[in-house]
Amino acid sequence: MTPPQRRRRQPLPLPPPAPAPPAESPADRGKQPDRLYTITGPDGERAPLDLVTLIVACADPPSSATPEQTVVLRMCAAPLSVAEVSAYLGLPFTVVTVLLTEMLAAELVQARAPIVRQKLPDRSLLEAVMHGLQRL
Amino acid sequence: MDFKGSDTVPGPRAEDQLPQTTTAAAKIVIVGGFGVGKTTMVGSVSEIKPLTTEETMTQAGIGVDDDFGSDTKTATTVAMDFGRIRITDKVVLYLFGTPGQERFWFLWNGLFEGALGAVVLVDTRRLEVSYEVMGRLEEGGVPFVVAVNTFPDGPRYPLDDLRAALDLPPDVPIVECDARRRASSRDVLMTLMRFLHTLSLRGSLT
Repeated sequence: MTPPQRRRRQPLPLPPPAPAPPAESPADRGKQPDRLYTITGPDGERAPLDLVTLIVACADPPSSATPEQTVVLRMCAAPLSVAEVSAYLGLPFTVVTVLLTEMLAAELVQARAPIVRQKLPDRSLLEAVMHGLQRL
Repeated sequence: MDFKGSDTVPGPRAEDQLPQTTTAAAKIVIVGGFGVGKTTMVGSVSEIKPLTTEETMTQAGIGVDDDFGSDTKTATTVAMDFGRIRITDKVVLYLFGTPGQERFWFLWNGLFEGALGAVVLVDTRRLEVSYEVMGRLEEGGVPFVVAVNTFPDGPRYPLDDLRAALDLPPDVPIVECDARRRASSRDVLMTLMRFLHTLSLRGSLT
C-alpha cells in the first residue's frame, strides 16, 4: 500500500514587517525591567498581546476596578500568560486582549513579551529547553 | 460575566503559579487533524492540567467553510487546548494543540509566526489531512518535525516511504510516537528542539 503523495512548498516572500513594539536598549533595561510594551497609536488600538505574553499585576485592585479587572489582578499576582487568563476567565482570547489593553494603559498590569523564533538571541534558550524537557 | 458573590476566584492553583522571576514564555505548536491526538500529546507532557482558550469566529470565517450557510450569522467558537512546562526560573514553554483546518489559523494572531517550531502530528489512516498545514508551515518558514502517532489499526509505512510520500527534505525529522505516553511525547519535543538547534547552528533558523 502506498501513502498519498504530497508536494513540498517553498517559503513565500516575507510580508512587510508588522509594527513591532519599540526595541529596548540595554541602557533602558536596568531602569524598567518589566515594562516591555507601551500603548501607543490611535485610541482603541489593542496592545500587541501574544497568547504567551506574560501578564503580571503591578497594583492592588483600585476601588474603581471592574469585577473583571479585580479578578485579573488577583489571578496575575504571579506571571500568567494571556492564554491562561483567557482560559481561567472562560472568555475568548480577543475579549481578554481588549480587557488587558485597558489594564496596561491604566498601568494596573505589566506585560512581558514572549520569546519568538525570529529573535532568538542565541542557542542557549534551545539548550535550556532541552535540559528542561529531559527532566520531565 | 459576574464574579461578584463568588467565593472562589478563578486562577491557577498555588502549586501551578509561575515564579515571579519568570521573564518570558516561548511556544510550540502541535498541529494536526481532528482526532489525531493533539490534546493527548499536550496533556501527556504538560505540567499543568491542560487548559482551553477559545476564539470566536464571526464574519471572517464565513465563506471559508462549507458548513456555513450564506445566511448564517451565528458566531462559531473555536477552542484550542494548551499546556505548560517550566524550563527554568526565567523561562516557561507553552504547547498549543491547534486544529489542522486552515480556517482556524488566522484566529490567533502570530500563533505560528512566533512559535519556536511546530510538531505536525499525523495519523497514517488519514495522512492527507495534514498536507495543507505542512505546506503552510513551509510557506511561512516555520520549522517543523513530523510525528506519526501510531494507532493499532493504522497502516504502518516504513519511514522512508513516508518521507517520500510527504516529500520532506532529508533533514526534516520524522518520528513515530505514542502521544498517550509522556516519555514518547517528550521525545518528540526533544526531536524538534534538536532540529531547531541544528538549524540555528546553520544560521537558518530565522
